[in-house]
Amino acid sequence: MEQKQYEHLLSVRDLHTHFSTENGTVSAVNGVNFNLDAGKVLGIVGESGSGKSVTAYSVMRILSENGWIDQGEILYKGDNIVKWSEKEMQSFRGRCVSIIFQDPMTSLNPVFTIGNQLKEAITLHTAKRGKEAYDRAVELISLVGINEPEKRMRQYPYQLSGGMRQRIMIAMALACEPDILIADEPTTALDVTIQAQILELMQSLQKKMGMAIIMVTHDLGVIAEICDEIIVMYGGRICERGTADEIFYNPHHEYTKGLLRSIPTMNSKKQKLVPISGTPINMLNMPAGCAFCPRCDAAMKICLEEIPEELFINENHKASCWINVRDGKGFETLPETAEKEETAK
Amino acid sequence: MTNLLDVEHLKQYFPIRTGFAKTTPLKAVDDISFSIRHGETLGLVGESGCGKTTVGRSVLRLYEPTDGKVYFEGTEITRSNIKSMRRQMQMVFQDPYSSLNPRMTVEDIIGEPLDVHRMYSNSKERREKILNLMELVGLNAEHATRYAHEFSGGQRQRIGIARALAVNPKFIVCDEPVSALDVSIQAQVINMFEELQDKLGVAYLFIAHDLLVVRHISNRIAVMYLGHMVELADSDELMDHPIHPYTESLLSAVPIPDPETARHKQRIVLEGDVPSPLNMPTGCPFRTRCRYATAKCAEEMPDFTDRGNGHFVACHVK
Repeated sequence: MEQKQYEHLLSVRDLHTHFSTENGTVSAVNGVNFNLDAGKVLGIVGESGSGKSVTAYSVMRILSENGWIDQGEILYKGDNIVKWSEKEMQSFRGRCVSIIFQDPMTSLNPVFTIGNQLKEAITLHTAKRGKEAYDRAVELISLVGINEPEKRMRQYPYQLSGGMRQRIMIAMALACEPDILIADEPTTALDVTIQAQILELMQSLQKKMGMAIIMVTHDLGVIAEICDEIIVMYGGRICERGTADEIFYNPHHEYTKGLLRSIPTMNSKKQKLVPISGTPINMLNMPAGCAFCPRCDAAMKICLEEIPEELFINENHKASCWINVRDGKGFETLPETAEKEETAK
Repeated sequence: MTNLLDVEHLKQYFPIRTGFAKTTPLKAVDDISFSIRHGETLGLVGESGCGKTTVGRSVLRLYEPTDGKVYFEGTEITRSNIKSMRRQMQMVFQDPYSSLNPRMTVEDIIGEPLDVHRMYSNSKERREKILNLMELVGLNAEHATRYAHEFSGGQRQRIGIARALAVNPKFIVCDEPVSALDVSIQAQVINMFEELQDKLGVAYLFIAHDLLVVRHISNRIAVMYLGHMVELADSDELMDHPIHPYTESLLSAVPIPDPETARHKQRIVLEGDVPSPLNMPTGCPFRTRCRYATAKCAEEMPDFTDRGNGHFVACHVK
């Protein structure tokens, strides 16, 4: 393939993903933008219905039949994959971007052996066949820290524990050494001690292979432990993005603030939790303005009417909240970078 | 004053068919003793399959215990007096979607325990009681005629709690009551549990796997592993000074929503998986994954002893 100049490994621009349902069209993702560079861990956090999983599935183009990417670009190494044919996508999936799902119990086929399924992924995406594919599968099983790989090759999914199945899923996803690994709630179905094992494994594999990870989760603890950059989503839009420190210690969106106040932490001995009032958003009936305003205690008139723009808080941090505009925080472009550009010219 | 609930040497085995005409007992709960004081919350944590839900159910006699005794306010709970006892002890289930009958209105769901225990003299009183309960858990009176599917997860859990509270119980077993809820809704329900306890003086056995939630709500916490209780202490004591190696690694495995602490944390990653309860290791159940295990651990089951200030631990080494 010709070498093309590109700015980011993956760049999602103004993504809109819609689903047609019996009750009308639902816009699950409304104008999501983000960039991902090689070797970085991006966390997407939000509650159910926030559009975090749909964003991830859109990048793989594995939406269910009633869903489609309505608008926007997904640039992988500068190429817009939204325009690609299904055939091109098949070589893209697995080789460029891989995904592991939440439930390791249901994402493996119960009637084929582990070896069978691993070899299938390998022969489908690489030139390896027969003995070569077998050796690669064995190598992958030991890579993800499972002992007796030859024995595991002959076993069926039901013979493995949840943690081991998730390891097999990771092995399958890594079969072609993808540039990007998408992990959709990879540890939600697992116990804490197994979750710790899987997170540790993902971190060490990332160091070894240098891939980028998109971590989709609702668990703020998991996000805090492994992510370089965090995107907070609500109602199909990004409310806030920034480095882990910025999001946890300097939140500038009312939803992020509410979320952080509502979870118990190690230090909050007997402090009362401050819940976010109201109920989760109904995607069929989205407010005209900020998606969070029906549950926001600080909502103003403008919040109901207009969607807030994303503004810089500082170079590592952006938030979309009218409160910041009211308080005079946030810039459309960073003053420092604007100055730098001036002087560069 | 006597304890609200005393559990002594509770055992709950389930026969599992392991071959033709051959069964092996699955020791879901093996020799557990603990007590719960009036108006207290005891948190019960452990990994899936450790028997924490079984403890909750055996205490309420939803299962018939294999061995051991359960005392409620000093009276042993037996099969013959279970109906009057159940007026004092209720349960809130994990899944707010499957634990409510989809063909009953909210009014009937909450009213069912009142019907069973004949707790009203006329239909006006019944209705009044139901509306009071709904107000108590933060549901509108206009919701009374609706069906469960019309509510969100958090609201359904409120209906489940109202149903448990209908008979004025002194004790409620809460089996993972917030696990199925969204993060932003969990806090609402946790706060409600706390407010109800302040108002009504009800005691909880709070079963959950989220240690941060359990610490927040519990006065004391018990840790289970493979059907055994390995540690029991005041919640701050247990979190700050865990003794048992399992508790230690469990605590270190909890992802902490704080990047600064996360960076400096030493994760003790346990090797391997939980052994099958059908094929338990000899001696201490945790020894196969324990980094301190000695020869003695393989031979003898450690006693569950008080190490001072009501901090119980079952370990030979620590």
